Amino acid sequence: MYGNAYIDPDAKQEQFEDDPVKLAEFEARIAAGEKIEPKDWMPTEYRKQLVRMIEQHAHSEIIGALPEGTWITRAPGFRRKLALMAKVQDEIGHAQLLYSAAETLGKSREDMINDLISGKSKYSNVFNYPAFTWGDTAVIAWLIDAGAIVNQVANSKGSYGPYCRALERICAEESFHLKYGHDNVVYLATGTKIQRQLVQEALTRWWGPIMHFFGPPDKMSVHTEKLMRWKVKMATNDDMRQQFLNMYVPKIWDLGLVLPDPNLRKNEATGLWEYSEPDWDEFKRVINGDGPLNKERLAVRKMAEERGAWVREALKRKDAQYVQPLA
Amino acid sequence: MNEQSTLAIKELLYKMADDLLILGHRNSEWTGIGPMLEEDIAFSSMAQDKIGQSLALYQILNTLGEADPDTVAFTRNAPQFHNCQLVEFPIGEYDFSLVRHFLFDNAELIRYEMLAQSSYEPLAKVARKFKGELKYHKFHGDTFLMKLGQGTAESKERMQKSLNEAWNYALGIFESVPHESTLIAEGVWQGEAALKARWIDAISPILEQAGLEIPAESTWAPVYGGLQGEHTEHLQPLLDEMSEVFRVDPTAEW
Repeated sequence: MYGNAYIDPDAKQEQFEDDPVKLAEFEARIAAGEKIEPKDWMPTEYRKQLVRMIEQHAHSEIIGALPEGTWITRAPGFRRKLALMAKVQDEIGHAQLLYSAAETLGKSREDMINDLISGKSKYSNVFNYPAFTWGDTAVIAWLIDAGAIVNQVANSKGSYGPYCRALERICAEESFHLKYGHDNVVYLATGTKIQRQLVQEALTRWWGPIMHFFGPPDKMSVHTEKLMRWKVKMATNDDMRQQFLNMYVPKIWDLGLVLPDPNLRKNEATGLWEYSEPDWDEFKRVINGDGPLNKERLAVRKMAEERGAWVREALKRKDAQYVQPLA
Repeated sequence: MNEQSTLAIKELLYKMADDLLILGHRNSEWTGIGPMLEEDIAFSSMAQDKIGQSLALYQILNTLGEADPDTVAFTRNAPQFHNCQLVEFPIGEYDFSLVRHFLFDNAELIRYEMLAQSSYEPLAKVARKFKGELKYHKFHGDTFLMKLGQGTAESKERMQKSLNEAWNYALGIFESVPHESTLIAEGVWQGEAALKARWIDAISPILEQAGLEIPAESTWAPVYGGLQGEHTEHLQPLLDEMSEVFRVDPTAEW
């Protein structure tokens, strides 16, 4: 599950000198709709941005497994228990696919996970919020996964072959998660008073993070233009947010659920949704480490890495050589 | 089937289903925190198989007049569970979880190979399906036991220590249900003693190859009692957690 690559607007812009002839050839290939493969020439910044983006995506999958994972042991009944186990397992599988895709660009999984734990690389902000109740897990499985699909379907048409192929597989699985999440929300929203309350409270809690999910408004985003030309980024944050609102707000309202934004409405004249801007200062605070659960999420990941170190050490073969992963 | 054999079959089904449910639940706790992503995924797969298998057995019990599977699984308290104590221990470190999985699933594969021949057709039918799944559980357990037994000094030491700790509880897997002799006479089940003998034969060469030692036979003291509802302090908290949402409103459809 993943929203959109976050680029810190305050980060210093590095300039890379690339061979202009090769760069022109590269851009022509992308314009012609060709995929770039691991051993092809690529601009330094293209490689760097892709590693950053795929890595953020992979981290989001394993960190995203934590809020939902805690509910596997609490899922009510066999049907939900089996489905949630399979769903969270899929997310871990996505991380595995994505780390492999990122490795084709020259950064090892170990380095990526170390950068996650040290706080150097980011993951989707939504996972710094807690899943308090079963209602939260239902809302996450439906709407966060729905948001992720909007983003990932767009990115699967990007220019980097291994990432596109990983995303195609991921989207197929995410569409089942969406069905599971929707079914779960429907049962709660049409169930007993307690169930309706569970899902309504969760939706109210999660609306802000969901609006944050696609990243800051386009007017606040930086260096999008070149990344879109290189087909690293395939849609703007606002476009994806609009697409999501258009697909899901009517479905949420159909269930009799209330969204905590009095200004939310579709402007029939423009065809666009109007809404109150979520708190972007909060978004920035959370992404920079000061959210409700940032420290806990990273502490759990760190604990898992440390507790498992002896296993990985014991499995190393002395004669093994690094092999570029299949992608 | 006469009344006594139906009772004995129910006892056997409860024992096996509860083992599967509780260990499946424990295995699922590795999701997100395994020593590497591939092991999160493997433990989750095995957990899903086990919980699915427990469901199939509770469904058979349902046809024999017991309550529906959700009620049976999500509303009983620890003294009403029939699982062996081995499966209820927390996941601990990976060495313990792996050793438990190796010991349990080697027994499971043989158990369901034997039950595939059962004269009780509903059980024989699911056993034929389970053994296909369990083949991979055994494969995973054997492979990792071998690698970690032969890995580093630390991994070998950890595996041996966990084997020593788990051993008597693993012997507790083979607690016979009441009226087992009826089941044996009617060809439903060949019995726990026969299974245990085959299990020892199966695991001994693997442990030897992994460089691990089975505790001396003079120290063997099977931990029984789970079948009669005697459990460690770990089972009730597990059940409280498992039923936390279900109990919010047991009449609700979830």
